[in-house]
Amino acid sequence: MFGQPIVRREDPRLLVGEGAYLDDLGQDALAAAFVRSPYAHARITDIDVSAALEVDDLVAIYTYDDLAGPLADPLPLLIPHPTLTHGRTAHALARDEVNHVGEAIAMVIAHDRYLAEDAAERIVVSYEPLPAVVGVAAARDGSILVHNDVPGNLAARMVQENGDAAAAIAAAPHRLTLDLQVERSASTPLEPRGVLARWDTESRRLRIWSSTQTTTGLRAAIAAKLQLDLADVEVIAPDIGGGFGVKINHPWPEEVLVAFAARTLQRPVKFTEDRREHFIASAHERGQLHRVEVGYDDDGRMLGLSVRFWHDNGAYIPYGLIVPIVTSTQLLGPYRPESYRVEFDSLYTNTVMVTPYRGAGRPQGCFVMERTLDAIARERSLDRVEVRRRNFIQPEEMPYDQGLIFQDGRPLIYDSGNYPAAMDLLTKLVGWSDFDSYREQARAEGRQVGIGIACYVEGTGVGPYEGGHVQIETSGRVKVATGLTTQGQGHETVFAQIVADELGVPIDSVQIVTGDTRRMPYSVGTFASRAAVMSGSAIALAARAAREKIMRVAAEALEASPDDLDIDDGLVHVKGSPGAGIPLGTVAVLSNPLRYAFDEASKAATQFAVGDQEGPPVADDDEPGLEGRDFYSPTRATFACGMHAAIVETDPETAEIHILRYCVVHDCGVLINPRIVEGQIHGGVAQGVAGALYERMAYDDHGQLQNASFMDFLMPYATEVPSQIEIDHLETPSPLNPLGIKGAGEAGVIPSAAVFAAAIEDAEGFPISRMPISPSELFELRQQHRKVSR
Amino acid sequence: MKPPPFGYSRPESLDDAVRLLAESGSDAKVLAGGQSLVPLLSMRLAAPRQLIDINRVVELAYVRTDEDTVHVGALARQADVEHDASTAVVQPLLRQALRLVAHPTIRNRGTVVGSLAHADPASELTAVLAVLGGAVRLVSARGDRTVPADQFFVGPLSTSATADELVVEASFPGRPPRTGSAFVEISRRHGDYAICGVAVCVAVDEDGVLRGGKAALISVGPTPVVVELGEVVAGAHPGGDLSDVHHAVCAAVSPEADIHASAEYRRQLAGVLAVRAVREAAQQAAA
Amino acid sequence: MTVLPEELFDVQLTVNGAAQRASVPARRLLSDFLRHDLGLTGTHVGCEHGVCGACTVLLDGRPIRSCLLLAVTADGGDVTTVEGLAEPDGTLSPVQQAFQDCHGLQCGYCTPGFLTTITAGLRETPNPTRDEAREMIAGNLCRCTGYLNIIAAVLRAAELSGGRP
Repeated sequence: MFGQPIVRREDPRLLVGEGAYLDDLGQDALAAAFVRSPYAHARITDIDVSAALEVDDLVAIYTYDDLAGPLADPLPLLIPHPTLTHGRTAHALARDEVNHVGEAIAMVIAHDRYLAEDAAERIVVSYEPLPAVVGVAAARDGSILVHNDVPGNLAARMVQENGDAAAAIAAAPHRLTLDLQVERSASTPLEPRGVLARWDTESRRLRIWSSTQTTTGLRAAIAAKLQLDLADVEVIAPDIGGGFGVKINHPWPEEVLVAFAARTLQRPVKFTEDRREHFIASAHERGQLHRVEVGYDDDGRMLGLSVRFWHDNGAYIPYGLIVPIVTSTQLLGPYRPESYRVEFDSLYTNTVMVTPYRGAGRPQGCFVMERTLDAIARERSLDRVEVRRRNFIQPEEMPYDQGLIFQDGRPLIYDSGNYPAAMDLLTKLVGWSDFDSYREQARAEGRQVGIGIACYVEGTGVGPYEGGHVQIETSGRVKVATGLTTQGQGHETVFAQIVADELGVPIDSVQIVTGDTRRMPYSVGTFASRAAVMSGSAIALAARAAREKIMRVAAEALEASPDDLDIDDGLVHVKGSPGAGIPLGTVAVLSNPLRYAFDEASKAATQFAVGDQEGPPVADDDEPGLEGRDFYSPTRATFACGMHAAIVETDPETAEIHILRYCVVHDCGVLINPRIVEGQIHGGVAQGVAGALYERMAYDDHGQLQNASFMDFLMPYATEVPSQIEIDHLETPSPLNPLGIKGAGEAGVIPSAAVFAAAIEDAEGFPISRMPISPSELFELRQQHRKVSR
Repeated sequence: MKPPPFGYSRPESLDDAVRLLAESGSDAKVLAGGQSLVPLLSMRLAAPRQLIDINRVVELAYVRTDEDTVHVGALARQADVEHDASTAVVQPLLRQALRLVAHPTIRNRGTVVGSLAHADPASELTAVLAVLGGAVRLVSARGDRTVPADQFFVGPLSTSATADELVVEASFPGRPPRTGSAFVEISRRHGDYAICGVAVCVAVDEDGVLRGGKAALISVGPTPVVVELGEVVAGAHPGGDLSDVHHAVCAAVSPEADIHASAEYRRQLAGVLAVRAVREAAQQAAA
Repeated sequence: MTVLPEELFDVQLTVNGAAQRASVPARRLLSDFLRHDLGLTGTHVGCEHGVCGACTVLLDGRPIRSCLLLAVTADGGDVTTVEGLAEPDGTLSPVQQAFQDCHGLQCGYCTPGFLTTITAGLRETPNPTRDEAREMIAGNLCRCTGYLNIIAAVLRAAELSGGRP
């Protein structure tokens, strides 16, 4: 099963409309709606709810004044860091100031969403508008503050370095300076956020469903806010219609408030976010401004690289500095500049907060590095691929220590990878050496074509850990649980493939549950392309533990040695005698010495004698039942890599950008299910194209988001993405985990801005230093360059 | 995003619809296709006191052609007009434009007349009515009147119809012999509102040389911008140098910038697309 | 002044071959009517402004955005949702089967809208070319798959239907 491109087991119910997404649940629940700030920055001077009280079927209205104890404190700053000296998070409902359009001020509970919105509309909030800080330049300027107690809007300033980059640059034969920019964008899954809470009055326990990427994180946060014991809070992730990073943040104000309302009202309460809310009340990412200085030799080898960048973290920073730290470290990619220094400022603005979005800072880092290498190549009149080769870390240098600290707090050490081999595959796939003549021929026909290449490295499978629990029931069915969550990655299939192989059972007898704290309460979450590595490994280890016990119990029953046994098709047998054995279900019965024979299976098991008849039925160091439980906790991340190439054509008259070819070479180690990995690449590439050519958050100077809908936030249809993606694989197995796998979830999206900027620059003949780019912007750039060249 | 409450009526005859509209004054909205109105209601950007749903007024569900005009009733779905065989013969520009309106799923409900009454500056159908010199018929309790395109579209999302008037029909003049048409537009994504779009009709002589023409542009002004092309195309070969067309059209439009495109880019597109449309229309004329 | 409860309208529809009715206010969107008044949660809501297509159902055989239609307007109509595509015995329709065969879904949220759209699309164009297949799905958003496998599913569905509408 492992390595097989089998069809997905979760598909049948999803295809017939029997998925259970958040809003499908809780048909009996009360509905929540929110009053949200229409201003980017304002003081709240009054909240008048009197008109709202007249709405039919209104149940409750809450404002900040209704929150007490931990609920009244700001939401947690999840990931502190010594350099994050001025971390600020929101209150669940605004206390006296709002810091972005969309910030929640009041919650209305009614019998349905229509009525809740009617009431919300009637609540009159009085504001004293304040000047808004929008964009890096305004934030950096610091003359207007987002938070009064954060001078210069500076949440954090951080430096990491390896060697003396400044000296190396000064002494280098050649130097370049580049100014680059990536604009803000967002995950925008098709399903916005949602949370449903039920308070069980009899047992005094809270059960929460949330469209979240971390059930255990949310559980701990809610327990803290509501002053409940962890044991009295359950969190379940239902089917989730996409996450792409935005659903890792927790607890959202809505999650805290809905739980609070459910307990207070002793009724189930549900919040289903709508599309406009998702644009103005969830999270964005990508916005950064960079200044690069690089010193290099005649051959284009980087002697010193110094990057200074400014990261727009929005109004609040609950997720800490993960995104800019990832940019800082992953910027290095597959390269080894002799010295490196990176310094960033994380700045507040009066806009939606910033938390990771697929790629989580890597796309920005890749953009910076790849544009730098292209600039070096141009200046030295060298082939762009050759310059990259000269700067690659070589396979024999693995493991390679970049001399920095990664986002997991561990040293940035690449465990494995073969970058020259990947480049060989890519240049062959795209026909790199034939392109110059193709470009010339096109030019002769009046066409403008260009090619771009970009490489990245991705630290995947970061810790701290994930767990797996495998239990074989007396029916023979294998119930498996892992705590992290699923948003379309096919976990029900790939994890079942692992278990089917480890245990020797038919895959149809394996059931996988993810994201349910009742089944696995120890977990971190789904993000950073870690699920296959972390949970895959943990589940494999748990299955092996279960297998060890299976063999031990079955060996006694069969009067054989465990080493002489094998399991095939769910039957434990002596090697060489596949027909005669005992089914796993029977082994399960035997593992649990009860007085009672409940059913045929347990009755039939009485024919076998297990255990020491003189000693205790359950030995000192043993437990009843056929289970395996284990955790995988890596010392450090395992590094996947990829290289993309794109060929574009730009229209000389309309500046439209057409993608002629898109090629991917991808290394994520060993593949559990190649079809699912390919699907992840397709989706990632499409999201990358979207981010390079279509999607951005368009804030005006007053902090109003001008494109808070799918009409104007241009998520691509099938017609906008490449109609073909050419993929070649390299497999450098990871030495760090039992299965040799690396993460694949974010790969497709990381190099897109870089690869398209490079291709368009190649077609146009002038630098592209800001992404995304639209035809109108390309047209304007052409005009600018035409004026200069006259 | 849920609509606010409103009073609702669903008349089954034109007379009833007109009467209801007269009674409600300016606080009513007419619901036909709903593809523009319903999102506005859901976003609470429109909150009419009364919604008059005319989807049962079947007497308005027609598309008819006589030899020189296409008559489209208020309830004719865009998809139905797009696929109507006789319409395609009498006035091919309708199908050429309709193919570009949003997506087929939207066209299954949206109406041609509704799009005209909504008068979005990016609506393809407004350019079609304008370039063909078509007209709309308005009915109210006070009587009925016919308004030509150049007097109907008065501003962005604004027509000269009064609050108590219902647009019941649009009429599109048919295609004279030795003429051709084309609709060319550029949008950011397939089916989006156009950044710039041009409807063109041209006339050619027996040798395929251009004799005259007219263009109407969308998304480059508050209402469709009509440009007479007669002088700039007369005597020109459609496959040759049409830079005069480019310049004339660029000079005629005063586009604005928005988050999707600069004003200069729109102006550039106006000229480029007009030339492409003239060439395409001339080919159709010759065929 | 107390806000009075809204007037309710009796809406009767045939949904997936079965007569359904409920009393709802005029402003109830068809998408919410199907999901919450009738409990058919297979149709999903992604934007409520008609762009994403997740809410697409068939009304009298034609694909429409159920978030852009009031339930009262649809009264008397014949609706097919994703729940009505499979055979009574549970056998997946050719379009559904094709999605499984081609890995045409990941999170599954957009999928019901694609399934209804393609079901109607293949009736009209039983043997689409690759370009026609792409055009057929060009009005529905998907964030997970990058569309390539969905296009493959359209072609596979045509194959499974034997090119018959």
